[in-house]
This record gives sequence, structure tokens and C-alpha cells, in this order.
Amino acid sequence: MKTFEYTRPRTVAEAVRLLNEHGPDAQLLAGGTDLVIELRNGWKEPEVVIDLKRIDELRPSITEDGGFIKISASTVMTDIAEDQRIQKYFPALVESAVVVGSVQIRARATLAGNICNGSPAADTAPPMLVYDAVVAIAGPNGMRRMQVDDFIVGPGKVALERGELVTAIELPIPQRPMGAAYTRLTRRRGTDLASITLCCGVDADGITRLAYGSVGPRAVLLVEMSGVLADPNASHETKADILNEMFLGASPSLRSMRASPDYRRAMLRVLGARALQTAIERLPRETAA
Amino acid sequence: MRDTLSIEVKVNGIDRSIEVPVHHTLLDVLREEVGLTGTKECCVVGECGACTVIVDGRPINSCLMLAVEVDGAEVTTVEGLAAEDGRLNPLQEAFLDKGAPQCGFCIPGQLMSAQALLDKKPNPTVDDVHEGLAGNLCRCAGYQQITAAVLAAAEVERQ
Ligand SMILES: Cc1cc2nc3c(=O)[nH]c(=O)nc-3n(C[C@H](O)[C@H](O)[C@H](O)COP(=O)(O)OP(=O)(O)OC[C@H]3O[C@@H](n4cnc5c(N)ncnc54)[C@H](O)[C@@H]3O)c2cc1C
Repeated sequence: MKTFEYTRPRTVAEAVRLLNEHGPDAQLLAGGTDLVIELRNGWKEPEVVIDLKRIDELRPSITEDGGFIKISASTVMTDIAEDQRIQKYFPALVESAVVVGSVQIRARATLAGNICNGSPAADTAPPMLVYDAVVAIAGPNGMRRMQVDDFIVGPGKVALERGELVTAIELPIPQRPMGAAYTRLTRRRGTDLASITLCCGVDADGITRLAYGSVGPRAVLLVEMSGVLADPNASHETKADILNEMFLGASPSLRSMRASPDYRRAMLRVLGARALQTAIERLPRETAA
Repeated sequence: MRDTLSIEVKVNGIDRSIEVPVHHTLLDVLREEVGLTGTKECCVVGECGACTVIVDGRPINSCLMLAVEVDGAEVTTVEGLAAEDGRLNPLQEAFLDKGAPQCGFCIPGQLMSAQALLDKKPNPTVDDVHEGLAGNLCRCAGYQQITAAVLAAAEVERQ
């Protein structure tokens, strides 16, 4: 590993100043489960590494505020999976957090880092899309907020400008009863990056939100408003047709060593149908008075 | 530019002040500066778990952590499991009883993940053990013995 200047600012303002000053020569360090490998392999050779973990405002914390659950930038997967509010409101996010790497990885890997790293296979991306997460960003011109759907751009690329960093992920607490499920396809049980990541959520108004990743340059979100997918009484065939239509945009890599394009397309339909079914089963039914 | 940083860290109960190169991993520093070679270097990409140590109560891959990041933290390595007089702890005893170490290379990491699991969940199920140790590979495939040892250690602690 090449040496660098290691900095550990105490405030967001100080981190932003460093980031802005050094631009592409600086790298932010959260849990390091992606970054340290890139440093060791020489894929990234920053002059300055900015450790976010000593910044008071970004200390691990999960708070409820104004209808949102706010997850600070240095909060790790283990904390997210164990938090009772996240379990209650965002169970599919928990399902994605608990499959990231291993116990050791989850004790270090942050949610913010998972999204900022920009991997098309990031496990938490589909649930964050389904739950309509908001990314809070600090930069030289102050704070701004952005839907996670606009934040994710492509492989290794997110919508951060020079001098900007993510301070938190904010999840709106669903206002209507919602059922959601996360599932993924891997080659083996245990530590493995997914060949497909998929999350499906249905709400009491019959709206279905479905997001999938690892089958194209970025995770994508599709919203189905007709109510047919969410209808527990609609036939499997009708639903399969709608799902197939939704998956037409999938563009699995031709060269991936994890799975062939045909296999991924076929499994996308299977995982989609399963996650939809589980989401419907989890939707709390309003009993007629 | 400062290439090194002085850090304060408690390693196996002993407070230490160490001058570390900022680009060295915790694994490098434990082995080369502190002289604790029980922690093993293997895949160096967080896949195999041979370098697992416990930092502030959680098992982590020391190959993926910079040494400067443990400034102010508490680190336990495999050398910290036995009592001061060298007596093995119940988990280590169970590993020996069940024949868990085959070639032995992965065992320090397996022990640390298992210890972290038992500290958190004193009564683990088989599934808990499999999940808790999923980040630790054993090329001799001694998984059944390792799982049996962890369950046996939990049993001993219960008595
Ligand atoms: C063995 C192993 C297994 C893994 N398995 C999985 C898996 O199953 N699923 C999965 O999705 N991922 C997996 N990963 C990848 C990784 O653990 C995750 O992407 C993790 O969430 C990254 O978070 P981090 O805090 O470690 O990020 P870091 O490595 O610290 O940072 C990652 C990138 O994001 C940037 N960044 C971090 N925080 C911020 C911020 N607040 N603002 C702006 N930019 C920021 C960094 O500059 C860097 O470019 C695995 C990694 C390893 C080593």
C-alpha cells in the first residue's frame, strides 16, 4: 500500500474543506471494507485519506425525526440489523443488511459506504429504492437532499460533486401499511456478492414498488400502480406477464463470472414472483369493521 | 506530511502507545510491531477470516482496518484468550477436545469469531454458529468439529 496523509477531522465542515481542497486526490474512509482493498491493490492512490469516524455529527446513530428514520454515515450493518425501529418499519432493509459479507464485514461496513461505493450488486440499494430513501449531503455550499434513485448513477458513480460527502441516509416512515421483502441470488450460501438483488414492496393502496440490481449498471426501481400485482387474488399468470414486462430493461453483463445473462433473466422472474408473494403476505390486512 | 501517527490502544488488556505508519493495516502492526503473530495473514481481502480479532467487542478482519483506526480502542487477539498463567479458556479447550484444529492455520480466526459469538449469545443454536463463523474459511474443512467445539464450549459455560 502506498502511503498517504491520514486525516481525521472532528467536524463535517472540516471534512468538506479537506475534500474540496484535494478533490480527486482525497478519499473518504468509512468502514474501509471496499476502500482498504482498493488502496492495497493500488486501484486508488489518494494523497489524502479522510477518516469520517471521528466526526461527532456522523457518529453511529439511528434516530427518529419528523417522520423519518435517520441513519448517520458511520452507522454499520450490524447496528442497522439490530435496531428495533428499522426492524419494524423497514424489514427488507434488515434482510439486505444481514447478508452483506460476514459478521466481520457487517461490523465495519456502513450503509452510506454501501451506496457511495456504487456497486451494481450493493445489497442495500434495492430496499433503499423501494423505501424511497433520501441521501443527505454536505458540501461547500451547505446541505442538500436527494432521492436515492437520483443519487445512484452507475458502476462506481454516485451524484456527489467536488467537496461533498453523505452525512446520513433518511428513510421516510411509511404512512400507509406496507409489506416488503428482500431476496437475492448467490452461487453459494455464505459470503458472496449477489448475481441478482431484488426487493419488492406493496402498500395498502395497491401500489407495488420493485427494485432489482446486479443485472445492469445500476439498481433500478419500477413502480406498478394498477393494483394487479398487489392483488392477492390476481392469477400468477397475469402477474408473471406484468413482471416480465418490468424486467425487459434488465441488461445483465455478458462477461460476468457469476452468472450468464440468460440465467440471470430467468432467475429475475423467479425471484420477482417470490418477493412479491412474500410482500403481499406481510402486508398487514385491514380487517373490515 | 506525517507518515506515522502515535496511537493509544489496549491490546489484550495492556495499554500500549505505538507509533504506526498510517498506511499499515492493523494486521501488519499486530504481527510486526506488537509481535503477536497468532493473528494470521491469508487472503487480505476480508474473505477468509484468518486475521479476525475483536475490536471493542466486535469481530473484524484486521486486514481491512488501518492500524490508525484503532486509536483509543480495545483489541483482543487470540493470544488474549488464555488466562495469564497460560491456562486455556473453555473455548480453546473445546477446540482441542473436538479435534477442531487440523492444520491449525485458520484456528486463531475461528476462535476469535467463536468467542465474539459466545460473548454475545451464550446459548447459540447450530445455525447461529454457522452464521457467526461464516466469515472464517477452513481449507481442511474441519467445519463439523469446529461447530461441535463452539457448541460444547457454550455447554461448559452453562454448567
Ligand atoms: C469480504 C467482503 C464481502 C462483501 N460482501 C458484500 C455483500 O455481500 N454485499 C454488499 O453489498 N457488499 C459487500 N461487500 C462490500 C462492502 O462491504 C460494502 O460495500 C460496504 O457497505 C462499504 O461500506 P464501508 O463503510 O466499508 O465503505 P468504505 O470502504 O469506507 O468506502 C467505500 C466507498 O464509499 C465512499 N464513502 C464512504 N462513506 C462515504 C460518505 N459518507 N460520503 C461519501 N462517500 C463515502 C468511500 O470514499 C469509498 O469510495 C463486501 C466486502 C468484502 C470485503
